Amino acid sequence: MITVTSARKDYGSFTALDDVSLDIPSGSLTALLGPSGSGKSTLLRAIAGLEELDSGTVTIEGRDVTDEPPQRRGIGFVFQHYAAFKHMTVRDNVAFGLTIRKRPKAETSKKVDELLEIVGLDGFQHRYPAQLSGGQRQRMALARALAVDPQVLLLDEPFGALDAKVRTDLRQWLRRLHDEVHVTTVLVTHDQEEALDVADRIAVLNRGRIEQVGDPVTLYERPANDFVMGFLGSVAHLGGQLVRPHDIALERSREMALALDAKVPDSPGVIDAVVERVVPLGFEVRVDLRADSGERFAAQITRRDAAELQLREGETIHARAVGRSSVVEHDPALAI
Amino acid sequence: MTPDTDQQRRGPYPETDAAPLPPRPDATAPDGIRPHGGDAALPDTPPDTLPTGRPAEPPRGTTRPRRHGKGLRRLRGPLGIGIVTLWLSVIVLLPLAALTVAAFDEGLAGFWEAVTAPAALASLWVTVLVSAVVALVNAVVGTLVAWVLVRDEFRGKRFVNAVIDLPFALPTIVASIVLLSLYGPNSPIGVELNATRWGLVVALLFVTLPFVVRSVQPVLIEADHEVEEAAASLGATTWTTFRRIVLPTLAPAILSGTGLAFARAIGEYGSVVLIGGNIPRETQVASQYIQQQIEIDRPLNAAAVSVALLAIAFVTLLLLRVVSSRSQRREERDA
Repeated sequence: MITVTSARKDYGSFTALDDVSLDIPSGSLTALLGPSGSGKSTLLRAIAGLEELDSGTVTIEGRDVTDEPPQRRGIGFVFQHYAAFKHMTVRDNVAFGLTIRKRPKAETSKKVDELLEIVGLDGFQHRYPAQLSGGQRQRMALARALAVDPQVLLLDEPFGALDAKVRTDLRQWLRRLHDEVHVTTVLVTHDQEEALDVADRIAVLNRGRIEQVGDPVTLYERPANDFVMGFLGSVAHLGGQLVRPHDIALERSREMALALDAKVPDSPGVIDAVVERVVPLGFEVRVDLRADSGERFAAQITRRDAAELQLREGETIHARAVGRSSVVEHDPALAI
Repeated sequence: MTPDTDQQRRGPYPETDAAPLPPRPDATAPDGIRPHGGDAALPDTPPDTLPTGRPAEPPRGTTRPRRHGKGLRRLRGPLGIGIVTLWLSVIVLLPLAALTVAAFDEGLAGFWEAVTAPAALASLWVTVLVSAVVALVNAVVGTLVAWVLVRDEFRGKRFVNAVIDLPFALPTIVASIVLLSLYGPNSPIGVELNATRWGLVVALLFVTLPFVVRSVQPVLIEADHEVEEAAASLGATTWTTFRRIVLPTLAPAILSGTGLAFARAIGEYGSVVLIGGNIPRETQVASQYIQQQIEIDRPLNAAAVSVALLAIAFVTLLLLRVVSSRSQRREERDA
């Protein structure tokens, strides 16, 4: 368990962490998710000891490490840009943590071989980092961090420098690795899809504060506020409330819409809107709408529903929210 | 300044593209201009997948981009090579050849006799010994100065940074007088170094100060700080990190700066002429011996010792090239 209590960090007039408290359970894979400048990297680096807190404490597995340097925190850290030791071979990179601990050669050798196999780099022992692709370098960096048997593995935007395809592959791979190795892992990302994909817990940060902590489903379906809702997926403004576009249903008949809406508690009501554009997105169809109030929003409906409705641009249609789960009271103060 | 740098984080390097290595300042390599053919080493990713801001690469197999104007392009052909050859010949190679010829005026035996004359040998020995000490001190202190100038923040840093080049810009005879006024007879601080080898060392340290500093500085600025953090997270102490991570990165630059300082030191005349005292076998350096031989009308001796100095300088630079190109190959070798 990692416990951060009342962490505060200022850079001049900029507050990176504003009284942040967070528990990270042992064995979990937790994502710190937030936009640029939200303090997520600072929080991770504070856990690692690479950043000193102005106030607050950090404990790792019950040990107060607030005043410990990174060397004595029992961590493994992976950087966005790999931080490879360029003058060392892959093998020496991975062995570094063990070599400086003066472990017996045979033990080091065995451990390094094991790790290289886990990360799929066996056969690359004698290459230099410059001879590896970005994805391979990051896997090497992971093996290097795991070599010292860290209590926690900290990853700072580990896939940020990779291209889209490699990024998705590697995060699936990380998920599987975590299921095998079970080391408490904290991952910083600004990509909500990545967080939803790999993490079993997500902490959403905004402006140096934690907005909500929970599992991906809770966060997506029961966001605590506008910000979390907006950051975890697209939203539509519907009658003063925020609704996921795929939770908007469109009806031809106003009576039908009203009747169905009556079954949904606290719904924003039935909104009459003009169809501005119909955009096929493959399985789904996005319908751009303009309400009578002039407010624009989009609904995402299935292809079949769209075919049944036979929507044409310029027509008036009746929109309603389906289900309660993803409806949030709109608070302009928190809007992104 | 925000601690998150998300704006950079999205920018994906194409998979095959190694994060570009910073250009290695290699002051000893006059052939720093490389052919533009290096462009072909960039990945053959289709241009539409490249992040914006990166110019789309021309398709493979086409000729390299024409970056030069029409008039300039003509210089790259035989005309350019001709001018360079002529220039190097007139300024460097012909005088060196003439000197070598003069040194062998009385054949190999004459040359050997001139170089192995006790006074000549002694001056060469003093020169190499003092220069080696100076080079070694520079390697350590120069690196330290560069480190402080890059990594530490303090008042007057810009001033200190500017002062580094002063000994280089100062006429060397002025340097000699400057040092003599402090370390000469009746030294105001009670340290008299004139006519001692330590005097020579101080004078040479003065004029060779910038070499290591200026070659290490840019490498340190370019150095990736995260690499040091990575080492720390793996348990390395500051000293271990410096020795095993930072130093190997700096080594080529330190070596090249040290080599240049050494080469400069063996030929130095102006700054040692006053403080050294010109005592044969004690503080007389090779350049002073040469001057002396010219004055007593022994041009052969002067030329022979000059050729010996030339050979030492040449071997030094050659060694540097070999070592630095070896370490460079290791880092840049591509799969």
